[in-house]
Amino acid sequence: MLGFLRHRATAGGSAVPLLQGALQKVRTASLSLKSYSSAAKDMNVREALNAALDEEMAADPRVFLMGEEVGEYQGAYKVSKGLLQKYGPERVVDTPITEAGFTGIGIGAAFYGLKPVVEFMTFNFAMQAMDQLINSAAKTNYMSAGNIPASIVFRGPNGAAAGVGAQHSQCYASWYGSIPGLKVVAPYSSEDARGLLKAAIRDPAPVIFLENELLYGENFPVSAEVLDSSFSLPIGKAKIEREGKDVTITSFSKMVGFALKASEILAKEGISAEVINLRSIRPLDRHKINESVQKTNRLVTVEEGFPQNGVGAEICTSVVEESFGYLDAPVERIAGADVSLPYAANLERMALPQVEDIVRAAKRACYRSIPMAAAAN
Amino acid sequence: MALSRLSSSSRRLDLLTSPLAAALARRPISTDTTPITVETSVPFSAHKCEGPSRSVETTPQELISFFRDMALMRRMEIAADSLYKAKLIRGFCHLYDGQEAVAVGMEAAITKKDCIITAYRDHCIFLERGGTLLEVFAELMGRRAGCSKGKGGSMHFYKKDSGFYGGHGIVGAQVPLGCGLAFAQKYSKDENVTFTLYGDGAANQGQLFEALNISCLLELPAILVCENNHYGMGTAEWRAAKSPAYYKRGDYAPGLKVDGMDAFAVKQACKFAKEHALKNGPIILEMDTYRYHGHSMSDPGSTYRTRDEISGVRQERDPIERIRKLILGLDLATEKELKDMEKEVRKEVDEAIAQAKESPNPDPSELFTNVYAKGYGVEAFGADRKEVRAALP
Repeated sequence: MLGFLRHRATAGGSAVPLLQGALQKVRTASLSLKSYSSAAKDMNVREALNAALDEEMAADPRVFLMGEEVGEYQGAYKVSKGLLQKYGPERVVDTPITEAGFTGIGIGAAFYGLKPVVEFMTFNFAMQAMDQLINSAAKTNYMSAGNIPASIVFRGPNGAAAGVGAQHSQCYASWYGSIPGLKVVAPYSSEDARGLLKAAIRDPAPVIFLENELLYGENFPVSAEVLDSSFSLPIGKAKIEREGKDVTITSFSKMVGFALKASEILAKEGISAEVINLRSIRPLDRHKINESVQKTNRLVTVEEGFPQNGVGAEICTSVVEESFGYLDAPVERIAGADVSLPYAANLERMALPQVEDIVRAAKRACYRSIPMAAAAN
Repeated sequence: MALSRLSSSSRRLDLLTSPLAAALARRPISTDTTPITVETSVPFSAHKCEGPSRSVETTPQELISFFRDMALMRRMEIAADSLYKAKLIRGFCHLYDGQEAVAVGMEAAITKKDCIITAYRDHCIFLERGGTLLEVFAELMGRRAGCSKGKGGSMHFYKKDSGFYGGHGIVGAQVPLGCGLAFAQKYSKDENVTFTLYGDGAANQGQLFEALNISCLLELPAILVCENNHYGMGTAEWRAAKSPAYYKRGDYAPGLKVDGMDAFAVKQACKFAKEHALKNGPIILEMDTYRYHGHSMSDPGSTYRTRDEISGVRQERDPIERIRKLILGLDLATEKELKDMEKEVRKEVDEAIAQAKESPNPDPSELFTNVYAKGYGVEAFGADRKEVRAALP
């Protein structure tokens, strides 16, 4: 807590001294208010990301932010609000719309020893930089036998927003999740966002940080411990969001919220669901997932992305391999539909997992419903 | 000039006659640093800048070291050819013989704090940046004494402590990476530059123009060096580029066209470029060079160009022969001394190959090292995950 106070008071950029003095007074005043309050504070994901970026940039001069509209526009989704004013254009770099070019530049800077945070306006646009992400960032440490590591974070919204259409809605978790040399994380709550972003920036490996546009505005309670500037979450560890004993539901990012809503509905019907927030796609916390299934004996995986070769496929296989004897029902997968995401609201709704899909799959795993296909036979 | 050289050589002879010294003194490398001026073969062609003068400052010591270094590179690449045909080198092997003057001239103009990054034709650049012959041959043969412990291969040589960042297999990808190195140099206020090498084939890559655009906007100390050997694999430059004047392709960025077979022209251009980049930002150097081998060892190199063309370049423009003529013309060494140097170089290469052959394959545990800079004990799997699992170190 004191560390957090110290950090906020000393964090500075090249702002006009008078203005900065005034800002510090305001900051210190609000800080002292925080130090007296012992209740959890509410913070949305956007604020959590902004504060984490701010603190890590203040703590390590090698950290810099680069991407489209991160500076003067204050961030396409306002995640980098205020950072240009605080740290100046050398450390908050607005780029032209050239993903392949600026991603390569970020990775080269990381090779030299800086710690870039490269923002993609969405991960759909990152496909233009895919070669740099995989062949330069992920593989170079291995090919050079450790001579050229790259400590770099690639962050931005991933998955569907609302009505943005097929080219702006894909989930890339399973694509990046299959690449050795990358770490891939997907926060859900503000605590996740803050802790995982700090961990990602500090990690010496390249990290793909998958945010979600619809989560930016959602509020979550954060404790004083979470607000401390030294707070971070370990990459590679999942979190049990809700304990249960009848069925394990794995999820990440926005789907965690859906899984939690499903678990409330299931509870009313006497099914106790254990909801796992994966937090990390790679490394995947196979241990926690299997431990949970060995307790509940049933599995439902949930993801927004395309079903074939998806994250759920990996989780199901892991459970079949490690916990076969514990399964009391076939593993179940809920994923996006096998189609490009349509624009019409009703079709979009059908193409993405909904709470009722998760409920239905969980009941199937508990032998509480007859699946449509079996009824047809 | 000749008289002073005679007296210094007699001093050397005294040293050589003592038995211990005879054992230690292996080569008659001149330590003479008397300044000499040589003229480049052709004038520089300039785009949006004033090119440097054709008169290049050098010394006898530098001339001899250019000769020796290029002879070493030449011998190394020819030896790699034989090793490849003997199936001791697998996969890809892209040889640099003919292009040695670029590596040698560039190194003479810069320090190890300046960075170099290139594509896959990287053996000789690695050597000039301080790599050893053993590291080269062992890496080519996939042995643990290799510079990348055998895990990279021909296209993935690196040496960060002397500013060599590889070693990249994807055509053009190294250009944004190199501009990133320059970004970091400017960010760190290092007063050093990055030379980003690419070929005439890569010169058409979109990401190059993206990176150049950003580098010019940010005034980064980035020098883009097009090693134009006139063939992108089997495609001649006029078939791949609507405008093969690569030094002009930077449009708003200044450029210089350089005789890449003349080590002194290369040195002069790189010196000029470094000063320019530190003051004004990016500049493009087009090195007019030539490769004797095909694109790689699987390419005979003769289906898209004539043997007459290849032998013509060898006769008229070979970089080593050019320096040999210069040295003999300036009376800095005798023909026999130069031939002896070449014999020594050949011996060095043979010894390094023998040593490399002794180096074993990497230990199986190396399969799982360097996946991450820090593994934190994360699990990883082999082909049969129930047989082979590891905790990443």
